[in-house]
Amino acid sequence: MTKVTLTVNGRTVSGDCEDRTLLVHFIRENLALTGTHVGCDTNQCGACVVHMDGKSVKSCSILAVQASGSTITTIEGLAQNGEMHPVQAAFKENHGLQCGFCTPGMVMTAVDMIERHGCKLTEEEVRAGLEGNICRCTGYHNIVKSVLSAADQMAANRQAAE
Amino acid sequence: MGVEGIGARVTRKEDKRFLTGKGRYTDDMNVPGMKHAYFIRSPHAHARIKGIDMAAAKAMPGVIGILEGKQLKADGIGNLICGWMIHSKDGSPMKMGAWRPLADDTVRYVGDAVAVVVADSLAQARDAAEAVVVDYDVLPAVISSVDTLKPGAPQLHPEAASNLIFDWEIGDGAAADAAIASAAHVTEMEIVNNRLAPNPMEPRAALGIYDEAEDHYTCYTTSQNPHVARLVMSAFYNVAPEHKLRVIAPDVGGGFGSKIYIYPEEIVCLWASKKTGVPVKWTADRTEAFLSDAHGRDHVTKVKMAFDKDHRITGLKVDTIANLGAYMSLFSSVTPTYLHATLFSGQYVIPAIHANVRAVYTNTSPVDAYRGAGRPEATYVLERLMETAARELGVSPAELRRRNFINSFPYQTPVILTYDAGDYAASLDAAMKAADWDGFAARRAESEKRGMKRGIGMSCYIEACGIAPSAAVGSLGAGVGLWESAEVRVNAVGTIEILTGSHSHGQGHETTFAQLVSDRLGVPMDSVSIVHGDTDKVQMGMGTYGSRSGAVGMSAIVKAMEKVEAKAKKIAAHLMEADEADIVIEGGTLKVAGTDKSLPWFQVALAAYTAHNLPAGMEPGLKEGAFYDPSNFTFPAGCYICEVEVDPETGKTEIQQFVAADDFGNIINPMIVEGQVHGGIAQGVGQALLEGVHYDTTTGQLLTASYMDYAMPRADDLPSFKLSHQCTPAPSNPLGIKGCGEAGAIGSPPAVINAITDAIGNNNLTMPATPEKVWAALNAAR
Repeated sequence: MTKVTLTVNGRTVSGDCEDRTLLVHFIRENLALTGTHVGCDTNQCGACVVHMDGKSVKSCSILAVQASGSTITTIEGLAQNGEMHPVQAAFKENHGLQCGFCTPGMVMTAVDMIERHGCKLTEEEVRAGLEGNICRCTGYHNIVKSVLSAADQMAANRQAAE
Repeated sequence: MGVEGIGARVTRKEDKRFLTGKGRYTDDMNVPGMKHAYFIRSPHAHARIKGIDMAAAKAMPGVIGILEGKQLKADGIGNLICGWMIHSKDGSPMKMGAWRPLADDTVRYVGDAVAVVVADSLAQARDAAEAVVVDYDVLPAVISSVDTLKPGAPQLHPEAASNLIFDWEIGDGAAADAAIASAAHVTEMEIVNNRLAPNPMEPRAALGIYDEAEDHYTCYTTSQNPHVARLVMSAFYNVAPEHKLRVIAPDVGGGFGSKIYIYPEEIVCLWASKKTGVPVKWTADRTEAFLSDAHGRDHVTKVKMAFDKDHRITGLKVDTIANLGAYMSLFSSVTPTYLHATLFSGQYVIPAIHANVRAVYTNTSPVDAYRGAGRPEATYVLERLMETAARELGVSPAELRRRNFINSFPYQTPVILTYDAGDYAASLDAAMKAADWDGFAARRAESEKRGMKRGIGMSCYIEACGIAPSAAVGSLGAGVGLWESAEVRVNAVGTIEILTGSHSHGQGHETTFAQLVSDRLGVPMDSVSIVHGDTDKVQMGMGTYGSRSGAVGMSAIVKAMEKVEAKAKKIAAHLMEADEADIVIEGGTLKVAGTDKSLPWFQVALAAYTAHNLPAGMEPGLKEGAFYDPSNFTFPAGCYICEVEVDPETGKTEIQQFVAADDFGNIINPMIVEGQVHGGIAQGVGQALLEGVHYDTTTGQLLTASYMDYAMPRADDLPSFKLSHQCTPAPSNPLGIKGCGEAGAIGSPPAVINAITDAIGNNNLTMPATPEKVWAALNAAR
């Protein structure tokens, strides 16, 4: 057993786990944050995407001990003061989710993608950027729409803040 | 329509919990003392179990117990069953081989469960599973549905000689033969419908909790129909009597048919909980899902279609072999028969139809209903035939279809179904307009300039949904009725709880069903909550599949609402000293028509519960239930057009546009319906271009057992889709709803393949049309 200490959604947490424990299992089991999902076992589906030190990462592709000391944001930490993040709001507004299982990973990937592109994205870029997130329900049509809409909203928010 | 009523694009009530990580899926459930299960599965496609040595494993850290099939049998747990009896044409019943939840004698596919390890952690259970030694005597295996019928093929079940489960027919063979013999033109094809893995993103899971003090079981599981799961586990598998078994399907992350069935794992988790004295949770990893979820499709079909000199269809003859895998899954028998061959009339007048279906065992995962279930297979056969015939006859594929459309209703097909409403030309016209069909020649010329091959293809599908009248399905062999139930509970403050036997696993029932109630009463949607997925809350239900939750599930709600409204009107009439017939409900009030007298809905509800002043003899309370049994199937239909560009250098296909024109009858929430179509199209395009389950044909090893090997459609494989909706309301249910869940997966595969074969000038192409296959077909045609 190794002690892992993380800052998760703004709180410092620590726990003991086996060296082989994946970050996603540490988040789901030790921290009881079950919004982060496991949809495959080959780092393909992206249901487990979280932000680690500000970048999106598949939390099934990293050991909890490797992540020790880092800052993690999970889907539970995205909304602020009860207000959904613009990406969450856009997914709701554009029906970008159905069963909801891939949704946390999609949203976390989308937030990072939009930020990396300075809120300017084309449909082609969004589709390429979602290549590592599999959805079986939506055919991606409304997810793409949601991400493009969120990017516009985030650009407007930035402009308003400047 | 109001902002929240029928027809409004209301955003979903359930979204917030999913978007903020507060969804509650089975694997999210943790209860005190819970331990983890890991299943030991056969690595062989066919073998005898000579013995299991678990001594070393039992001594490993964290191990609570290791259980095997012999113990399960000794405890009287029954065989898994197929719930729909099909008789062969010689009158003999289908040949159901024994399927044990844990194999105790013979394993018949790679992934067949043999034993289960229960340990403190999943990692410990896996470690111990590695140390369990199962001694197998490996037997020869057979994978292909054609090979399995050949003399000398390995035999799977003693009950099924030559691996044949049934040899079934429908329609008039002599009439179809005569039509073909006298035809001006016959189009003949051999068509393979590729085997698919359903792949809901949430893997299957089960949490079994046995309460010794109460002798009661609770099962959290990933089910599309928890009541059916309870019924089957109780009546056939002897897990526990129904009143001592609670099944809860909480948030479920997609199903697409694969979560209809009751699998070995939930039975074993419940049983293991009693054996070990601890709650037992199992969650599939993705490879287990590929191995053990029921697969879909896998048909091999020979077909002939006859035309007269005016290009009218005169006959159709179909011969299909359906691969059902190693065991008969719950609805495996009906999928290639009554859900498949009854659709062979398509949208067309076909005077003579005959279909023969042989279902066979092979050493592969069981095959059952997957999104569309039999109807995609039928549509693929018909719509590739129509396109091929048009090319052979040198006529426009649209005109050939149009000439043969059924135009008057009701229309009795030669294969059982009575179509009750439709306007096939309307969808065809809408699709061709949206696709700019007339501009295709110019687009093709432009592609050619760039060295690319452009093609266009269409598909006109019909499906039978809203399954189904109970007496009708009973006469065809169903072991259950296919009605739906609803209960409307009006609270004393007027808020409303709707209990439904339908189950939402992505379809948005919490929103759509609340819209219906809001529309009827004029109360805010927020005052309506939908309760589903728990056998302790909802008395009984048949669940969600076959696009039935709108047409059947919501019709049950309408029936219960009518009873509630009638009682509320009586109370209101009494309180306002008016005639009951003059009371109307609108805007959240009960009004006396033509006067200014009214009572708010909540006040009438309160009066029902205070019971201080009710009409003489009336019982207090405001709660009503209803069971709704439909009078017919519903018949969604439409036209899909796909336009592709093929790169002749690589064989890669890119979809340039995809148009869907659907007639779903009346629609409650267009936003949700469009979402269903998008997802269905993606699954259909996946089947056409990317997906295919592959086994090593000698060893029976599953070669496509992960997302590294099985090509799921991803965002950059697909375009945005162009949708439109035509409407002929379904006459058979009070809402006029036809259902929309499966259309996309049914209509799209032939449209895609018709487009590619048009582009490359070679009709000899099988799904999935991978770049390698397309490149080879293109070069063979040159």
